[in-house]
Amino acid sequence: MSIQTTDTDIPEAGDTAGIGQALRDYWGRVKGGEVGSMPAVLGLIALVVLFSVLQGNIFFTALNFANLLNQGTAIIVLAMGLVFVLLLGEIDLSAGFAAGTCAAVLGVTLTNQGWPWPLALAAALATGLVIGLVLGVLVARLGIPSFVVTLAAFLGLQGVMLLIIGEGGTIPIQNEFLLAIMNNNMPVWAGWLLWLVIVLGYAGTSMRAIQNRRKFGLASSATSVWAAKVGALAVLLGIGVYVLNMERQIVRVGREACVVVGPPNEPVGCVPVIQGVPWAVLVVLVLLVVLTFVLGRTSYGRHIYAVGGNTEAARRAGIGVSGIKISCFMVCSFMAAIAGVLLASRDNSVSPTTGGAQTLLFAVGAAVIGGTSLFGGRGRVIDAVIGGLVVAVIANGLPLVTQQSGIQYVVTGGVLLVAASVDAISRKRTSAG
Amino acid sequence: MSSTAPILELRGVNKSFGPVQVLKDVDLSVYSGQVTALVGDNGAGKSTLVKGVAGIYPFDSGEYLFDGKPVHISEPRAANALGIEVVYQDLALCDNLDVVHNLFLGREQSKGVILDEITMERRAKETLAGLSVRTLKSVRQQVSSLSGGQRQTVAIARAVLWNSKVVILDEPTAALGVAQTEQVLNLVRRLADSGLAVIIISHNMNDVMRVSDQVACLYLGNMAAQVRSDQLNHSQIVELITTGRSGELGLHPETVAG
Repeated sequence: MSIQTTDTDIPEAGDTAGIGQALRDYWGRVKGGEVGSMPAVLGLIALVVLFSVLQGNIFFTALNFANLLNQGTAIIVLAMGLVFVLLLGEIDLSAGFAAGTCAAVLGVTLTNQGWPWPLALAAALATGLVIGLVLGVLVARLGIPSFVVTLAAFLGLQGVMLLIIGEGGTIPIQNEFLLAIMNNNMPVWAGWLLWLVIVLGYAGTSMRAIQNRRKFGLASSATSVWAAKVGALAVLLGIGVYVLNMERQIVRVGREACVVVGPPNEPVGCVPVIQGVPWAVLVVLVLLVVLTFVLGRTSYGRHIYAVGGNTEAARRAGIGVSGIKISCFMVCSFMAAIAGVLLASRDNSVSPTTGGAQTLLFAVGAAVIGGTSLFGGRGRVIDAVIGGLVVAVIANGLPLVTQQSGIQYVVTGGVLLVAASVDAISRKRTSAG
Repeated sequence: MSSTAPILELRGVNKSFGPVQVLKDVDLSVYSGQVTALVGDNGAGKSTLVKGVAGIYPFDSGEYLFDGKPVHISEPRAANALGIEVVYQDLALCDNLDVVHNLFLGREQSKGVILDEITMERRAKETLAGLSVRTLKSVRQQVSSLSGGQRQTVAIARAVLWNSKVVILDEPTAALGVAQTEQVLNLVRRLADSGLAVIIISHNMNDVMRVSDQVACLYLGNMAAQVRSDQLNHSQIVELITTGRSGELGLHPETVAG
């Protein structure tokens, strides 16, 4: 290009002078319709406060906190995969039963066929990829609406799962490694090590990015803002690790390891030590980091956003639209496969109900509540985690307050509708702006 | 005005969609440093011609010369590789991405697998500054928050970011107000003055007369005439568009009838 350069420059609006300015910028974006995860975070806080007030002695305990994570993990992982499909403006209604089918493959190969666990695990994950490939090809190449394709798969996979398991059957999972994922906890020191690695890793990478931008004279956030973010992350995660590292066993006799529980030095029996961060949390964190990196830092991720934002523009920019679509469905079903393995691990078995019931709706709800748009183009992997926690808190807290499952369904459905409304309204705002 | 040999030349290109022949033996010459206005009524074949040049719908037959050498353009990337860029009427921007992301859409700069945001942002700012664009608050703004003129500017900036030699603008002012039209037309003129070949499709005769050096008029799939714009007046162009003829200029009567 040989256009003469002038010495004018674009004024910097992104330069944040400090925390106050950063908060004002954020509020400006919220008013402009980019609400992101804010409603979900506020909702999460409100729900935790609500349930603590209503049933604090049961809800607000270390044991229940761990339970809640345990209940939410599979939903969160499923929702992470759904984010990829939702980013395209598509939907995958079959993800729940894809999880179930993959779990069934795991159960049959591991228990019935006696395969070594790595092979059985690989088979389950590969099944997920194949399901995603088929869905993606039908949507992207044949042009069938994803709603219909995945609704058909929702029914079809339910059948496939029954055929694999054999009707009415339940396949136990006995492999120690697979069971450990959802049932065992990290040692206390490992929990703190994990905390340290995350906080230092976040602080280091974000600082390097800021310094890099400064070196080239580009707008960057102020050091005070950076420090506030790192501090907030350290405190929040620190509280989480601290609570999970507390002994959360209610006195019960049996099992191997013994500790003294009860009033000072009064042995009441042998109980297993249950403390530490569940291994499942590590699985979620690793997936979160990897997928966030893929979406935010690679051109593949950028292309996903482009296809979701304006498919035609993406096509004209030379992006292979159908390849992107197929790959997103594959990511979604692959994540469903991981969720299926987690469900099997949690239940110690695979049954025809694995991945069924409300699993999928909860997962879609989690992604949308977290701030991922149903219209495509907007969403992050962390949304699935935040939204998944909201769903888990509701699913966990509500039965403590009321035994009526009718109310539980109505409330959960209502929360999903509220989230979808926030999404629709914010979309109107951004397009009006 | 500029070099005598055209940077891009079409000789006798044809294009049919099924039984409908949309382009019939069309010739076109486009010169560096000049704005060539492509005019014609709805359905005259302007869009098809442009899409053929851009490689979206390759021509069925005819010669396509770039810099004097025959080339075969069968897909958009081949046209991009030669330095031909199109700014479509709908601009083809992603609202959910920011200005930098849109400028580099499909051609992101990476270090390994990691996007090189810093290089992209710097080049984006250089390009916008080079176009004397001062209306953008920040290159990290989402495109959804930009005005029509700003969007047009971003789309044009994307076209010139790649050392392009030919920039094709499809109705760049159609949806703009008076002040923004003025800005965009000035930008179009600056592009040509800096040595680019610019093809502009427009229905607005005032814009055509103001900004163009050459006028190429399509009539029912035929190239009625390609003339220097200072040899034409407003009403002659309208006559060419509506009847395919204007005095000495234009198609033979029998071609028009056929």
